[in-house]
Amino acid sequence: MNHLDWLEAEAIHIMREVVAECAHPALLFSGGKDSICLLRLAEKAFRPDRFPFPLLHIDTGHNFPEVMAFRDHRAAELGETLIVGSVEESIAAGRVVLADPTESRNPHQSVTLLDTIAKHGFDALFGGARRDEEKARAKERIFSHRDAWGQWDPKNQRPELWNLYNARLKPREHLRVFPISNWTELDVWQYIAQEDLAVPTIYFAHQREVVERNGLLLPVTPVTLPLANETVVTRMVRFRTVGDMTCTCPVASRAATLDEIVLETAAATLTERGATRMDDKTAEASMELRKKEGYF
Amino acid sequence: MRGLDQVDTLRVSTAGSVDDGKSTLIGRLLYDAHGILEDQLAMLAGATVKHGHVPPGEAVDFSLLTDGLIAEREQGITIDVAYRYFITPKRRFIIADTPGHEQYTRNMVTGSSTADLTIVLVDARKGVGTQSRRHAVIASLLRIPHLVVAINKMDLVGYDEAVYDRLRDEFAPFLAKLAFVQVTFIPMSALKGEMLAKRGDGQARAMPWYDGPTLLETLETTTAHRVVAAGNHLFRFPVQRVAKSKFGPNQTLRGYQGTVVGGSVKRGDRVQVLPGEGEATIAAIHYDGGEHEVAHVEQAVTLVLDRQLDISRGDMLVAGGAAVDITPTAKQKPYVGSAFSANLCWLDPSNLEFGRRYWIKHTTQSSRALIEKIDFRLNVETLADEPVSSNTLQMNEIAQVRLSTQRPLIFDAFETNRTTGCFVLIDDTTNRTVAAGMIIEPGPG
Ligand SMILES: Nc1nc2c(ncn2[C@@H]2O[C@H](COP(=O)(O)OP(=O)(O)O)[C@@H](O)[C@H]2O)c(=O)[nH]1
Repeated sequence: MNHLDWLEAEAIHIMREVVAECAHPALLFSGGKDSICLLRLAEKAFRPDRFPFPLLHIDTGHNFPEVMAFRDHRAAELGETLIVGSVEESIAAGRVVLADPTESRNPHQSVTLLDTIAKHGFDALFGGARRDEEKARAKERIFSHRDAWGQWDPKNQRPELWNLYNARLKPREHLRVFPISNWTELDVWQYIAQEDLAVPTIYFAHQREVVERNGLLLPVTPVTLPLANETVVTRMVRFRTVGDMTCTCPVASRAATLDEIVLETAAATLTERGATRMDDKTAEASMELRKKEGYF
Repeated sequence: MRGLDQVDTLRVSTAGSVDDGKSTLIGRLLYDAHGILEDQLAMLAGATVKHGHVPPGEAVDFSLLTDGLIAEREQGITIDVAYRYFITPKRRFIIADTPGHEQYTRNMVTGSSTADLTIVLVDARKGVGTQSRRHAVIASLLRIPHLVVAINKMDLVGYDEAVYDRLRDEFAPFLAKLAFVQVTFIPMSALKGEMLAKRGDGQARAMPWYDGPTLLETLETTTAHRVVAAGNHLFRFPVQRVAKSKFGPNQTLRGYQGTVVGGSVKRGDRVQVLPGEGEATIAAIHYDGGEHEVAHVEQAVTLVLDRQLDISRGDMLVAGGAAVDITPTAKQKPYVGSAFSANLCWLDPSNLEFGRRYWIKHTTQSSRALIEKIDFRLNVETLADEPVSSNTLQMNEIAQVRLSTQRPLIFDAFETNRTTGCFVLIDDTTNRTVAAGMIIEPGPG
């Protein structure tokens, strides 16, 4: 077995464990590359059965339109149920209150996510987070426990040994399960290339209007307008992650095919989050804080 | 680029007392193997100015790479295990980094359970202490096949060969009594990067007297556990889940999903379903979206049987026919029973309560379990068996115990098969994982 086979087998084993032990799992599918891998893994784990869980997306309302179209298309193509939790609706219902209408909705996803979990009674959510992404992730279990308030307690994690996963829960608690914890960004692209998986077009190099700010390239979109003193330039870029538009930046790139993305990733000199995430640059530990509040 | 995925993975864990240089070693190894990217390096350089502990002249404190979360810094605690990834042209690595601690057993067991190789650090100035012996014993109990003893901080003893020789000669006889397949001693300076990825050349060689492998060479050439494991040629397939869909020409046959955890199986093979006497033939093997002739160890597959048998999660498929035991310890059939002995490592702050029922999780099976007797406690520094005066175990203690379970388990001794020989105990009020167990080969009779 090569490296990817091994990672794949581990992920399939994890997914089957969840389905065997949890009553109402769901799979977080954003249309991004990590969750695209999760879908392929689910096919390998469960076909010819239907997926024994629905797909779930928390939509901030500020996602890239190409990615949302891809999400819907992929769910339809698989014939699986897609549930969308909307941050916009949470705002309308007063569950989320923005201090400022232009502020990023990214951190507010936690509220919508936890409301959606409660509404559907989910007890386990598959997520595409990887341990190489960030240092809070590096310390998180594969079966990660959330208390009745949806919170992660990093210092009270259940020891996780061998391939034995503890899925026991009390009422209103749930699990976040990360089948590709041990994958790196390079593994993800190699897997996508090996399986020849479709990905949203914005992962490939394209011309885009951007402004330079704090060493990052900011996409110019309806929700991220340039400041008065900034010049808009057109650059050849691609996205390494496709999160909320208000906090996801493209990188300069000429990679137009999956193989070129693999090469570029292998040679990358910046971490994925360092190159692309505005929200992570602001505070050294912002992911940890968001996770504790119930974030993905 | 496709060539990149032809490499395999080695899982590594590290052990050492506080300040032996574990974090520095991991950080430096990642840096030298180009596993640290520019933005992380810039963050590290910044953090070194703020809270680094390196001698003047060193710009980057690599130990800060593995430094912790706010929760850890604020409360002076360390989370038990963090994972790091790096790749060289020869191999990929997963390093489980467990913080050093006085009572370190729990963390080390948690972080090392799946390791192929453990690095035990020894500070060249302090020598081999009780902690070093403790770490080696735990690694051996976990049946980690390879041990690297890193004699670190050689720069502080003038890179003196005599110091290295003395420490090696002192430690080696103790290690010879343990279960390792291979032990490698390496002198190094994690701080200066000597013998991690580089040995220097010509005049620049700090330790010209050492001609063994560097740490990275060792990591790149060590055989992974699955290749070493003695019992791996014995077919073991714990059933994880029964597929809803039916298979076969008439869509009448059942498919069983799971991971092969020992040996392999071919289409047409006769298999036995444990517990019980039922046998069937493998009608088809499905994985990767298609049908295949063979399924090997570690593959996640669906096995279709040629006849209807009552099989559910927790049952195990093994080779059918009469049992022909390979050796007395490598049995063709696993044991089926509800009483056995095990080495138990207690992981939870609340002590073992004697007579209390726990949940046991073993392969894909769960059951109630009771600890019937604590035979003795293991002194992990001297290897001595110590009688137990009270019927309890505290966090970090390891004991040989006898357990009974409500449902029979299908198991091998841990030394034969790490996957069918391991289990965890779960407290049914807190739902915490409270203990890790390794089943001992049942004696004759
Ligand atoms: N001189 C020298 N100092 C070292 C070496 N390795 C680590 N140190 C220092 O020893 C101290 C403890 O190292 P650290 O990596 O934090 O130890 P840990 O507690 O085992 O993770 C730090 O001040 C390091 O800079 C070495 O090889 N030589």
